[in-house]
Amino acid sequence: MQRAFPPVRECSRTGAQPLDATATLGFTVFDALTNKLSGVFDGLRRRGALSEIDVAEALREVRLALLDADVALPVVKDFIAKVKERSVGAEVLDSVSPGQQVVKIVHDVMIEALGGAGAVPINLNAVAPVPILMVGLQGSGKTTTSGKLGLRFAQRLKKKVLLASLDVQRPAAQLQLQQLAERAGVASLPIIPGQTPLEIARRAMETGRREVFDIVILDTAGRLSINQELMDEVRAIRAETNPAETLLVVDAMTGQDAVQTARAFNEALGITGIVLTRMDGDARGGAALSMRAVTGAPIKLTGSGEKLDALEDFHPERVAGRILGMGDVVGLVEKAAETLDQEEAERLAKKMAKGTFDLEDYAAQLKQISKMGSMSSILGMLPGAGKIQQQLEAAGGANIDKKVLGRQAAIISSMTRKERAIPDIIKASRKKRIAAGSGTTVQEVNKLLKNFDDMSEMMKRMKKLGQKGLMRQGLSALMPKGMQGGGGGRRPF
Amino acid sequence: MALGFLSRLKQGLSRSTAKISESIGAVFVKRKLDDEALADLEDLLVAADLGTTVAARVVEEFRSSRFGKEVTDDEVKQALAAELAKILEPVAQPFVLDRSLKPHVVLMVGVNGTGKTTTIGKLAQQYREQGVRAIMVACDTFRAAAVEQLQVWGQRTGAPVISGPANTDPAGLAFDALTRAKAERADVLLIDTAGRLHNKSALMEELQKIIRVLKKQDETAPHSILLVLDATTGQNALNQVDVFKEMVNITGLIVTKLDGSARGGIVVALAEEFALPVHFVGVGEQAGDLRPFDPAEYARGLVGAA
Ligand SMILES: Nc1nc2c(ncn2[C@@H]2O[C@H](COP(=O)(O)OP(=O)(O)O)[C@@H](O)[C@H]2O)c(=O)[nH]1
Ligand SMILES: [Mg+2]
Repeated sequence: MQRAFPPVRECSRTGAQPLDATATLGFTVFDALTNKLSGVFDGLRRRGALSEIDVAEALREVRLALLDADVALPVVKDFIAKVKERSVGAEVLDSVSPGQQVVKIVHDVMIEALGGAGAVPINLNAVAPVPILMVGLQGSGKTTTSGKLGLRFAQRLKKKVLLASLDVQRPAAQLQLQQLAERAGVASLPIIPGQTPLEIARRAMETGRREVFDIVILDTAGRLSINQELMDEVRAIRAETNPAETLLVVDAMTGQDAVQTARAFNEALGITGIVLTRMDGDARGGAALSMRAVTGAPIKLTGSGEKLDALEDFHPERVAGRILGMGDVVGLVEKAAETLDQEEAERLAKKMAKGTFDLEDYAAQLKQISKMGSMSSILGMLPGAGKIQQQLEAAGGANIDKKVLGRQAAIISSMTRKERAIPDIIKASRKKRIAAGSGTTVQEVNKLLKNFDDMSEMMKRMKKLGQKGLMRQGLSALMPKGMQGGGGGRRPF
Repeated sequence: MALGFLSRLKQGLSRSTAKISESIGAVFVKRKLDDEALADLEDLLVAADLGTTVAARVVEEFRSSRFGKEVTDDEVKQALAAELAKILEPVAQPFVLDRSLKPHVVLMVGVNGTGKTTTIGKLAQQYREQGVRAIMVACDTFRAAAVEQLQVWGQRTGAPVISGPANTDPAGLAFDALTRAKAERADVLLIDTAGRLHNKSALMEELQKIIRVLKKQDETAPHSILLVLDATTGQNALNQVDVFKEMVNITGLIVTKLDGSARGGIVVALAEEFALPVHFVGVGEQAGDLRPFDPAEYARGLVGAA
């Protein structure tokens, strides 16, 4: 995917830059933590170097934020130690507050811990057929990811790919991979019932050599890291096939167990890369940090859907944003940018970041939304937004109706400039005029004004994030009261 | 299946808790329950996925009643287990079929890969052993080979499996299955559904549609809507339960994969937050690996108490 904006890293790595320069949208990701921490640091502004006592309380907040995001405890401890080491004694630059300074350090350490610059590609540097071994717990997404990889290699690299399922454990698992291979348009190893996984692995490699495949993807059965017998089995498969990549497939929703699982798989097999699945869910994804820390292996890919093309390169800055609590804002804007010109998207982003917002912007935004698809699918990219999204959809139907958006835009275009800037002046007679001018009804005008109110309210909340404990509540803290939980009859966005 | 019921359960649960048990042991052998000890205890609970809030609260209980006391490793474990069991007891409710219903309709829901299909297979096995007539229906018409997976469970358990061609409308299939289950006067209809992330509204609507269509035939169906949760899941389980509850009114939970190293502490947080019944725990991939949820055992397992 083409980058729409410079990655976050570039604006934060260069230590000299003031942190409040939210020149790139990615950085607003950290506003939540910044606000929270600037609260912590109120009253001790500009004291020169940060002292240990200064940082201690801030680090407690960071610790909670990370634990609530499912980063495993030992990893959190190391992380905090690193942040502390860099914070204590750090000069507070003139241009930033101590809170911002700590957030910058948190951010830097996080990106580093997630692997630093750029995505690490799948290693195909081996004699063909290049074996790739997929391992992980039950239900983590190995088979689907195997299918996705098959498609990616075939389409992007024009490779001849063979998919082979060594899963004799789960009923119909081999059939599942075979069907996925058909959908991906790649070959799969014929199923021979009764063979052991090791036998299938051998047969896969033989077939790969004989029929001159470039890549052989070996999908294994899910196994628990404490199941010695099955861990021995996969070790034997590894020894037999000598894969160029041993990919650990992990569910982004994984909790504290990430450490045990990652350690055990890594010790048994030597993991060369991690694939993080179900990133289209609303989990904060702290397991990414845990897994990476424990194995030292790069996170190479993320899965973001059930379709075979929903496989993406890993972007540390995005996952950092998720873990720190503001969702994949970069991904969201990138999605927007696919359909919008960059200038418009940037303008939208800035407005969202600043919380300055009038009906004019609202109209512009309606237009963008109608181009982007449903608001709810966009909301789905943010953590904690799942429920809100449900409610939006329950209220507005499966997709935001483009016609409705068109009518709303018409209403706004029937307003005077002054009305757009100061919506409060729109009283009964003006409403009638606007309705007539736009070919709508007064009710529709009311509804639009209500929507706008809700939206501005949300923007205001967004500005107050820090004190509101957004870190723990996620996005729902932003929503107008009426949109949180309970009761039906919600207005469409 | 050579081992007895209890030892299998223990084996499953204790494996998942060996680590926390060790660490508590290391930390608390004859030690004064001071601030530092309590902080360590809180860490241990957090590391078991209880979440920071619940862990802090449980430890506060400890502080108020036991602060400053000299305690042994075992005392701490027992007391902690008792504390957790208290939270879990109200949600430990056995899953009871209404035998007057022909059939009792059970809808199995959850995110992808949590163990819905496997759990249905395990239930079918239990019902077969109890002489309860179960019919399964493969309403996961989306995932590759999901139908065949359930069919294997049909062969294993002798329960008939109703299925349609790939990409059939799951609601229509469920409707037809109910018609047939009624005609055959089956005791229970087990409806397997495709995995879905709770934040995908179109998919949640699909579930609502299945329910709506079932109700056209039987106002009271489905009688149970069970959410299957994977024990390795962290804090996101709270979101999952929240949304599934809101959207499809789930009636109970099943927690799977407790035979692994995950401790399933999120169940404690779920019990506090939602008070939904927890009916079963899954402790393996075989037909016999489904157990009733026993709060005392679960709590003891969680902290590694004997
Ligand atoms: N170890 C273990 N594995 C399980 C358990 N329940 C399900 N599984 C495995 O988890 C994987 C996904 O299960 P499946 O039933 O296909 O999930 P579904 O997608 O929700 O239907 C399979 O490999 C199952 O064998 C359990 O209690 N313990
Ligand atoms: Mg299934």
